[in-house]
Amino acid sequence: MSDSTAAKLQTPWRLTSPGDLETLRNDIIESQDPNRPTIVVCHGNGCLAGGGAKVAEAFRQGLSDAGINAKLMPGVKTTGCQGLCSRGPLVTIQPHGFCYQRVQPGDAAEIIEKSVMATEPVERLMHRDTKTGEVFHTEEEIPFYRLQERRVIQKIGKIDPTDITDAIATGAYSSLAKVLSTMTPQEVVLEMEKSGLRGRGGAGFPTGRKWRSALQAIEKKGRPVYVVVNGDEGDPGAFMDGAIMEGDPHAVLEGLIIGAYALGAEKGYLYVRAEYPMAIKHLEMAMAQARSYGLMGENILNSGFSFDARINRGAGAFVCGESTALFTSIEGKAGNPRPKYVRSVEEGLWGRPTVLNNVETWANIPLIMGMGGEEYAKIGVPHSTGTKVFCLVGKVENVGLVEVPMGTPMTRIVEDIGGGVGGGKPFKAVQTGGPSGGCIPYSLKDTPVDFDSLTKVGSMMGSGAMIVMDETDCVVDVGRYFLKFLEEESCGKCIPCRLGLSRMREILDNFSQGKGSAADIEDLTSLSNALKDGALCALGSSAPNPVLTTIRYFKDEYLAHVEDHKCPAGVCKSLITFAIDPEKCNGCMSCARNCPAECITGKKKEPHAIDASQCLRCGICLETCKFDAIFVS
Amino acid sequence: MEKITFQINDREVEARPGWTVLETAREYGIEIPTLCFHEAVLPSGACRLCMVEIKDGDWSKLVASCIYPAAKGINVYTETERVSNVRRWIFEMLLAQVPASPEIADLAARYGVTRTRFPVKDPEEMCMLCGLCQRVCEEVVGLSAISTVDRGVHKRVGAPFLRPSDVCVACGCCVNICPTGAMRALFDSIRGETKTTLTQLTA
Repeated sequence: MSDSTAAKLQTPWRLTSPGDLETLRNDIIESQDPNRPTIVVCHGNGCLAGGGAKVAEAFRQGLSDAGINAKLMPGVKTTGCQGLCSRGPLVTIQPHGFCYQRVQPGDAAEIIEKSVMATEPVERLMHRDTKTGEVFHTEEEIPFYRLQERRVIQKIGKIDPTDITDAIATGAYSSLAKVLSTMTPQEVVLEMEKSGLRGRGGAGFPTGRKWRSALQAIEKKGRPVYVVVNGDEGDPGAFMDGAIMEGDPHAVLEGLIIGAYALGAEKGYLYVRAEYPMAIKHLEMAMAQARSYGLMGENILNSGFSFDARINRGAGAFVCGESTALFTSIEGKAGNPRPKYVRSVEEGLWGRPTVLNNVETWANIPLIMGMGGEEYAKIGVPHSTGTKVFCLVGKVENVGLVEVPMGTPMTRIVEDIGGGVGGGKPFKAVQTGGPSGGCIPYSLKDTPVDFDSLTKVGSMMGSGAMIVMDETDCVVDVGRYFLKFLEEESCGKCIPCRLGLSRMREILDNFSQGKGSAADIEDLTSLSNALKDGALCALGSSAPNPVLTTIRYFKDEYLAHVEDHKCPAGVCKSLITFAIDPEKCNGCMSCARNCPAECITGKKKEPHAIDASQCLRCGICLETCKFDAIFVS
Repeated sequence: MEKITFQINDREVEARPGWTVLETAREYGIEIPTLCFHEAVLPSGACRLCMVEIKDGDWSKLVASCIYPAAKGINVYTETERVSNVRRWIFEMLLAQVPASPEIADLAARYGVTRTRFPVKDPEEMCMLCGLCQRVCEEVVGLSAISTVDRGVHKRVGAPFLRPSDVCVACGCCVNICPTGAMRALFDSIRGETKTTLTQLTA
């Protein structure tokens, strides 16, 4: 690297043309030696919780302890979510791409010695297939990554989200430069329409059509117009928007600025839930860096177009992810949905035309502008184009962030990429779309995952949470869980949602205690339909979906609860008993010591017994027993 | 001004621009039940009793008539199966929620709902959170001495921070507009020490 380049990279220079951006990008790439070993440590939330920060520190310490005397000093880089969260903390060694899992600080020295100073793999920390035992060295080899098509999250886990130069080196803001220098706002909207992109926040409204309507509304009402990022992700099990904001904040900003240019907006808002402090921090850093490079703010790249945005933190209400509640929240009022049959593009934030899109939708826009709408529309299936990022969670081997083209069969995501539920058993159901979605049973495992197919089977795309359930998950319990969640999160404005959700949950509470009758199941369906038709906003009207789909596909299990007073999955506490198999119990006393109700008795080295009348059904004995002697019936 | 022509229950009706479906229906004496609607304040679409079905061939959807703008050529139905289902459940839930309100019981009975399958939580409860008190105080009196506090099942009517409010001038509009009489009992929890002397309230 020449001294002048180094100086240029140290102090951000205000870019004044697309050519400047290209020069800067080349300078950055030139300054990076592709052969320089880099230890890439995942700092996604999962890996951080598993000690990722300590691992990174151990590597830094390890490098200085080793007193490495190499021509190329290895570097440590921290990134956003690398994807395979259940096997974190994850560490990748570049340039050869060795992929290490469940890395602990104590492993740093060995990895430095073998994989950084030499090119030897440390196989004990590498991905091992649970079925075949095969060991995979790199991301490209691991089925979890190999079978994905990573586009939106391609840079996440590769770039340092706190350093704009890392993002620019991988092409960030090049779509913005292209748009500002070669396209008119009308052409941008046309390109969006061609792409067929549908909103990734849940409802799947065509983004191009939304922008077109906004242009029409602007013609009538004039400006100002606002662009808003919905980063109030709150579905249980969903974390892809968080991962995008944390791991590649520039993609969201770039998309937002392109959208603002297309609509002639000068101000934008990023509504991010306060529970995502890292996303807020990274977005703030990204915005400050983008401003200092002249990629945001006054006269962007000397195009004459100015745009700036600010972050609004959500105050913990799930309902603020609903568009009109989000607007009232930004306006400083209580986050209640607006009772109006007016579209946000006409009357949104501050009563002005507003385009609100989800984080992932915005992050798709640089891709579309880069490759062109027509090319983008070839990905996925007709009517559901592009890729979708899913959060694969629940009873599945590989929990993590997955991106596949729309229309990918469910089984490919859950079984091939996710590795199935383990033990070679089939999954019982997959819950898509969070509390507004539905449960798709194993018999529909080949359902293509796209907007229309999921709606057809009674579920929905939703934001992209995919909760895998196995035979130990009870559908009544799942329904109760989601209803309880929404009951707490309902704003309470309309009667069907405020009262209906509690009443539905009470009916399910009864079922879980073996009370109720088949007629109650009919009532539950009828009340669900009243909520679907009657609630003020999508929170209430989609809330019955988990219950309705489980009744549709698992009615036998409901009947087992109310008629036979049994919970086939062994979850509903009132309907199960714990017992000890005297053949298997060797009297180790471990269960008796741990039982909080002290209801397990027996002498040492003799089979024990549980007093069912005192048992709390907490399940601690089941977890404690090493001899598989405790069973649920 | 040009009138808007559309159908309610297969009957042709005319609305002035800016009217809602509910306003038009009432003009023609077509009955639609409401609880949170009052001419004095802006509609809020909260009670959902005024749901009507809009049909267009095979397609149909339910909307709240108090906020749905009259539009040319729409076909509105006020007594369909889906509409009745929503109403019936709302009434049943209200009977259990606000058992102390004879007004609600009367209205429910008019629509054939006289019993509820749900257990009663508080036999004294009269407030069903229609929000009229809060809206009249904000929009008509211009004070906002009353608000709804908390959210979801915990939502209730009260003064900000649940302390009697000095902002309240004890004008009694909230007591007057309250459709169930619940405000009479709540009034003292709203009214702080007022600086104005007022004539006695007639509720």
